[in-house]
Amino acid sequence: MAMNTVMCLLTDAEGTPLGSAMYIPHNAGHLQLTNLVNTFINNEVKLSYSFYVSDEELLVSVGTYMERNSVSVENVLKIVYRQQAVFRIRPVYRCSQTIRDVHEGEILCVSFSPDGKNLASGSGDTTVRLWDLNTETPMFTCKGHNEHVLAVAWSPDVKCLVSGDRDGKVCCWDPSKGELQGNALSGHKKWICGIAWEPAHLSYPSRRFVTCGKDGDARIWDFTLKRTLIVLSGHTRAVTCVKWGGDGTIYTGSQDSTIRMWEITHQGQGILKHILKDHAGWVNSLSLSTEYVLRTGAFDHTRQVTCSDEEMKKIALERYIKAKGKVDSPERLVSGSDDFTIILWEPSVSLQPKQKMVTTARLTGHQQLVNHVYFSPNGQWIASASFDKSVKLWDGVTGKFITAFRGHANCVYQISWSPDSRMLLSCSKDSTLKVWEIGTKKLKHDLPGHEDEVWAVDWSPDGEKVASGGLGKALKLWK
Amino acid sequence: MPQGDYIELHKKRHGRRLDYEERKRKKEARQVHKRSKQAQNSIGIKGKMIAKKNYAEKAQMKKTLKMHEESSSRRKADEDVQEGAVPAYLLDRENTTRAKVLSNTIKQKRKEKAGKWEVPLPKVRPVAEDEMFRVIRSGKRKTKQWKRMVTKATFVGPGFTRKPPKYERFIRPSGLRFTKAHVTHPELRCTFCLEIIGIKKNPNGPMYTSLGVMTRGTIIEVNVSELGLVTPAGKVVWGKYAQVTNNPENDGCINAVLLV
Repeated sequence: MAMNTVMCLLTDAEGTPLGSAMYIPHNAGHLQLTNLVNTFINNEVKLSYSFYVSDEELLVSVGTYMERNSVSVENVLKIVYRQQAVFRIRPVYRCSQTIRDVHEGEILCVSFSPDGKNLASGSGDTTVRLWDLNTETPMFTCKGHNEHVLAVAWSPDVKCLVSGDRDGKVCCWDPSKGELQGNALSGHKKWICGIAWEPAHLSYPSRRFVTCGKDGDARIWDFTLKRTLIVLSGHTRAVTCVKWGGDGTIYTGSQDSTIRMWEITHQGQGILKHILKDHAGWVNSLSLSTEYVLRTGAFDHTRQVTCSDEEMKKIALERYIKAKGKVDSPERLVSGSDDFTIILWEPSVSLQPKQKMVTTARLTGHQQLVNHVYFSPNGQWIASASFDKSVKLWDGVTGKFITAFRGHANCVYQISWSPDSRMLLSCSKDSTLKVWEIGTKKLKHDLPGHEDEVWAVDWSPDGEKVASGGLGKALKLWK
Repeated sequence: MPQGDYIELHKKRHGRRLDYEERKRKKEARQVHKRSKQAQNSIGIKGKMIAKKNYAEKAQMKKTLKMHEESSSRRKADEDVQEGAVPAYLLDRENTTRAKVLSNTIKQKRKEKAGKWEVPLPKVRPVAEDEMFRVIRSGKRKTKQWKRMVTKATFVGPGFTRKPPKYERFIRPSGLRFTKAHVTHPELRCTFCLEIIGIKKNPNGPMYTSLGVMTRGTIIEVNVSELGLVTPAGKVVWGKYAQVTNNPENDGCINAVLLV
């Protein structure tokens, strides 16, 4: 009895083949292909993979696929394998707590700490509140701002919390006691749009962070010295977002439709490396392929207990290298803009000695401005939220469009990924949150219940909880 | 009162008295005492009027003094926190002034059951039958008068088919059939052209409701899916009631106001 075989070539997401083309029995399915990949890579622990043939997921056996799509048996079938996260996060489906009447103003930003143990929220009543996640009640109220708190950011070592407000003032907090450290730092002349910390593998414990504001400047501050170190000016209009990359480059996106890359020299000067000018409208949001790892530092889903500073720095560096992919492949940048497009940038290997980011792909398809773009934690996918009521999913390496998630009845404001990159959460003006599943490309759960627009959403890095808040002043925790 | 300028003429020709300035100064100094004596000794209505005038002056003086005092001490005024907090990504965008668009579905259902709504036009002029219908004569000798033609705007559903002409009593001319209405949201003050789903109630009678006649004050149901409203339970709202506010047969269009 002749076994029908199919000629296949397994390649990874970037195109490098794993071994040479081989014959695989036509009834080989997901399990057999996983075993094959694991043996070829010599994994000690069996990792799970998902397989894609011409960008569609291969869910049935290879032979059935060939029949259905009438692919000729004589051609070599290219199967792309992608590693899935080892752990699996439970989807969030119910609201475990609605906390009303605590925040007297609208909730403008929420952020979980990198270890997933604390939650901070900034609001229009000028306070930052820290929440106890075990009892789901408020823990500390941090008063120090005189205007709405627009941005809040945890340091990767969880020891510092920084918030920025509408006056341009920056407040540093001690999260264990909820106290203001020092005074409110002034420097920005108008409101603060975003805050980013220096990655843990570059400096542990965390000291420096960068803030960007409407006045067009980005300022680098030192947490312990409580003052501005460097001012990065150059943008002509408001800087809407700032990210600190793993190689030390600072990316700032602005309303003047450019993105600038800055570097800090050893002498402590901030110099402009490049200006990326391909957008035609305001740059609303930036995301790096290693962003999730940079935010969580040395913590991951296993919730390790802290060890010494050097060890944490080493762990953070290992995680960063793993997230980047190969050692010399650099991090990619994606930017979403008011001109309805998203651009995927990659550093070019060119004759110039300096690494300049070049447009790899222009991701079009949205019918309204793109408000938020976010790389998945494993860097394989890009999700974009737009005012055209849809969330679109794109391939993280090539930028190819995968699918659009429709279901929201009004503008989608922010997105958040689950730590295993299997689920995507979006919050919208129509007061609902929706959980989308990447594997099936469908809506997993609808989370209604907010009374009004939802402005901020965050999934905790340990995958246990989701926090959301918005115009109705209640903070909701979902499990 | 001098009727002429002989006083000025004399002043020009001969000058003033030698002690004019001194007398003037002293007289003015005495005014203060005179005024206070007047205020203390006047009785009746006159006294009250004087007291009122003095009080008003005193209050005004106090205010100006306080104002002058404030500016001498420089103090940074505590500004109140502004209303309307928005996240950073929405700050530079002009948002339409928001009014609460979410309505409570339970309240709505209760209202529907009772048949009572809070409507913008509670009372409408009743339309008489001879104004609503025109008699159509039929038959070989045009003596039969049982057919009627509707003279007001109507709505027929999408699957409407006429009855056989021999048997149809009410004729609804296609020129007076409308499918869309211009619906205004009362708080947002913007108008949308929305499709009509059906006629809910015509205040002139149940017969007109069943015929689908739209006059001023009729409650119609419109398709609001393009407004993007969501109920608290998370479901998308696609139909809402609106009340017609004009006379469509005169204007050629239906203007309605949304009932929130």
